[in-house]
Amino acid sequence: MKKTYRIDVDCANCANKMEEAARKTAGVAAATVNFMALKMIVEFDEGQDPRAVMEQVRKNCKRVEDDCEIFL
Amino acid sequence: MQEILETSLLAAVAVLAAVLRIIGQRPKSGMTKKQKVMLWRILAASLVLLALQALGAAAFGRLGPAGRWVRLACYLADYAVIGHDILKKAFRGIRNGQVFDENFLMAVATIGALALAVYEDGDYLESIAVMLFYQVGEWFQSYAVGRSRRNISDLMDIRPDYANVEQDGRLERVDPDEVAVGTVIVVQPGEKVPIDGVVTEGSSALNTAALTGESLPRDVGEGDEIISGCINMTGVLKLRTTKEFGESTVSKILDLVENASSRKSKSEDFISRFARIYTPAVCGAALALAILPPLVRVLGMGLDAGWETWIYRALTFLVASCPCALVISIPLSFFAGIGGASKAGVLVKGSNYLELLSRTRTVVFDKTGTLTRGVFEVSGIHHSQLEDGELLEYAALAESASSHPISRSLQRACGKELDRSRVADIREIGGEGVTAAVDGHAVAAGNDKLMDRLGIPYVPCRGVGTIIHMAIDGQYMGHILISDVVKPTSKQAIRALKAAGVRRTVMLTGDAGAVAEHVAAELGVDQVYSQLLPADKVEKVEALLAGQGEREKLAFVGDGINDAPVLSRADIGIAMGALGSDAAIEAADVVLMDDDPMKIAKAIKISRKCLGIVYQNIVFAIGIKLACLLLVALGLASMWLAVFADVGVMILAVLNAIRALFVKDL
Repeated sequence: MKKTYRIDVDCANCANKMEEAARKTAGVAAATVNFMALKMIVEFDEGQDPRAVMEQVRKNCKRVEDDCEIFL
Repeated sequence: MQEILETSLLAAVAVLAAVLRIIGQRPKSGMTKKQKVMLWRILAASLVLLALQALGAAAFGRLGPAGRWVRLACYLADYAVIGHDILKKAFRGIRNGQVFDENFLMAVATIGALALAVYEDGDYLESIAVMLFYQVGEWFQSYAVGRSRRNISDLMDIRPDYANVEQDGRLERVDPDEVAVGTVIVVQPGEKVPIDGVVTEGSSALNTAALTGESLPRDVGEGDEIISGCINMTGVLKLRTTKEFGESTVSKILDLVENASSRKSKSEDFISRFARIYTPAVCGAALALAILPPLVRVLGMGLDAGWETWIYRALTFLVASCPCALVISIPLSFFAGIGGASKAGVLVKGSNYLELLSRTRTVVFDKTGTLTRGVFEVSGIHHSQLEDGELLEYAALAESASSHPISRSLQRACGKELDRSRVADIREIGGEGVTAAVDGHAVAAGNDKLMDRLGIPYVPCRGVGTIIHMAIDGQYMGHILISDVVKPTSKQAIRALKAAGVRRTVMLTGDAGAVAEHVAAELGVDQVYSQLLPADKVEKVEALLAGQGEREKLAFVGDGINDAPVLSRADIGIAMGALGSDAAIEAADVVLMDDDPMKIAKAIKISRKCLGIVYQNIVFAIGIKLACLLLVALGLASMWLAVFADVGVMILAVLNAIRALFVKDL
């Protein structure tokens, strides 16, 4: 399952960091951050609850880049 | 002299920040809260710095031995105001194992310069000013990127917010997602059509500019299919929806656009790989610059080590090396290019395709639907023994069971409702035509082969197109000429492609040789391959692909009907007139929203411009960087110059990148 989330982040490099953090989160099959459109596209593993996974994604992103935001 | 210059620079920054802060008060400026806060910080830091400079070291000297430390504390406070976030980010980067980024460079350089200044009790101004100017540059960049992002998103603002559904005689606004297929929705003037559907009531003019870049409104009436994303301009329309919102044109397009920049181009990959190697490399070089020359001087030449000089040079080297200009301007150029293209009705699915498109040397067309309208029209009735209308009616009736484009064009030309009960005994003879009994008469409608087989003498036709000979009760009754109409802009489009640097144009078609040659000659296409089955087209494209150079690319243009395999086989698949054709949107890499062949040349020109800007930025930024680094290493440039070079290059590169957005006059 694929879902798109609106995000807020300041720089291209920070967006890359978020992308990497999201990819490493358990339950995420693939993630791309589109810095220019301020969107994060997340593909979830089979049978995962997107809501729970995204909470974790957000936490992981905050750890690498504290002034980022994912609007769930 | 130097002092006056520094003071006036600081004053200029303070004035700039104040002016921008006032502009930021207007809601239209679109500054974010973070940017406004940053402006305050820049303003405060530059004013404090000015005041400290005006006081001078002498003022603090009067405080006695403590004066030196009071002065340092004042400067440090100012440094914290302007640079605390950079330090924090650099620290977080180190903690997360991603040490080398621009924050790290700036933090090390400015802290190092401060430490040197403390050691010498000298000039604190420089390191703080470097941080200040760096922040000014960052601010400008974030503002420019935010601005252009908003501009581009506005262009693509086709997402409908609601749909009007009639319930108990009242209109209700509901989420388009909740509208079931077959629901009747109402679209009022000024509203966006939220979901694809068929008009059941009313007529109006639709503005399709957001979808196709076409400014001429389209008139629609009852029975017309309309696609979501258009804006209803004049009358109230009632539509019966034919798709769910998620399957509607507008959702597909948004999906495509939103995912576009996730496919990275080679240039972008190059830059991110470059940055990954570059930053550690310059840090290493700076370290070497700090340590090696003094060691050589002491051990090899017996001179004074001059540690301060070389450490200062190494720190300046770090400031000058910051790769921001590249890292930000390349993706921005592609984003602006894709945004500009979609404004012109050209959807590019990723920056990699924009890059390929710019290297297109061969364009292969599928004739029908791209160069020609793909609509067969009766273009002549010759040697008819009956009234033209009567002959057409017989032909249409005989072909009435078929859904072939030819039979549909006959029915259209006939222009009246056909009474199927008049037809009996229809037999289709593959590759020849049909025979049927119409009103009890034996009617044969087909090509030369059919007439030959039935033993009916016929008059050959000199016109170019599909010929349907008609025989009734064994008597030759004349023939009907049906031909595909060439689009009015096709010829111009081929010429424009040549002007845009395409070396070879090739036309593929399933039509007979004579028809194909005729069209090719009329349009000025270089090569033509006729009588191809869909599978042959793939083979032909593969042969053409094999025959081209490594860096040359081949684009295939089709209308998305039956050519999905070819679209995906070519280097770049371009689908045109693809609104509403899901298969084409899936298979193609570039989607032209309307069916004007001029758009192909336009798409190529847009990609050329965008890639031109990308290369300019790469060469310009790396060139200036290297020159600066050399000057710094030789001791010819101060930290001031280094930060100016960095910020200046970045601003110029960002401004240049935004140029990719303007594609109207291409």
